[in-house]
Amino acid sequence: MKIGVVVFPGSNCDEDTLFALEQLTGKRPGIIWHKDTELGSVDLVVLPGGFSYGDYLRSGAIARFSPVMGAVVRHVERGGLLLGICNGFQVLTEARLVPGVLRHNTNRRFVCRPVHIKPATTHTLLTRQLDPDRPLQIPIAHGEGNYYIDEDGYRMILDGDQILFRYCGPNGELADEWNPNGSMGHIAGVCNKERTVFGMMPHPERASDALLGMTDGAQILSSLLGLSSVEM
Amino acid sequence: MKFIAHIDIMPHDALLDPQGKAVEGGLAKLNLSTLTQVRVGKHIRLQVEADNSGDAGALVDSACRHLLANTIMERFQYRLEELV
Repeated sequence: MKIGVVVFPGSNCDEDTLFALEQLTGKRPGIIWHKDTELGSVDLVVLPGGFSYGDYLRSGAIARFSPVMGAVVRHVERGGLLLGICNGFQVLTEARLVPGVLRHNTNRRFVCRPVHIKPATTHTLLTRQLDPDRPLQIPIAHGEGNYYIDEDGYRMILDGDQILFRYCGPNGELADEWNPNGSMGHIAGVCNKERTVFGMMPHPERASDALLGMTDGAQILSSLLGLSSVEM
Repeated sequence: MKFIAHIDIMPHDALLDPQGKAVEGGLAKLNLSTLTQVRVGKHIRLQVEADNSGDAGALVDSACRHLLANTIMERFQYRLEELV
């Protein structure tokens, strides 16, 4: 699978993402500059975390109009895969490539710590290899990760089985005390109807190396990449 | 014709506004606890060049819908002031 990682002005997880993907695949992904208007031949595009365009106006709102986003949208229309992590997820919501929006955390804080999430579906490439009953430990780092969608939209993503992950306790408990940002339905990630565009607030690339103390993120990335197993 | 558009963008009433809550807490600490229901939004001012106020309004409306506001979580209103 050929992978490209987009770099916006203000991206700061691009290098971690490149590193994690290279460790898993043995091949360094391509870097796609935000001013590029063609992606080349890639199967998967990753929008990394960070503070694209300084988070001005709203997180992701300006990045959505980057020259590269036209090519990213065409890639999706061709059936290409797209993963947005943290700020990348915010860009996806602003571009309406996945449903919903990400609002300020209800506790008004930037939350940077490991949390637990569990897959809400295994019927996506991103979650197909995951055990729905095993919580994954993975870091979050955001001030605007409070997922919101109106009632009709919520019903639509439930019916469409589009919720990828929910925040949970260490034993898989779903409760407000384990929800770090106030997200509706404890949602930590969603996909589009076609199941080709994936957005998630937690950072799998920051939990992909034993040296960093957490490796559950590598399982998520491996699932997407179709790698059979991960040895750490 | 040139106009100044004064645009207000506010979170939908049904949504919790963490910034508003924080400001309300600050007001209470100033012994201004009778000031409540604080909502924090954005004010954007920009200049529009158009043939008439109707066209100017249409341009501002489009800007709000496509960039300045995210209508999933925010509503907007604006007024136009003609520059003479």
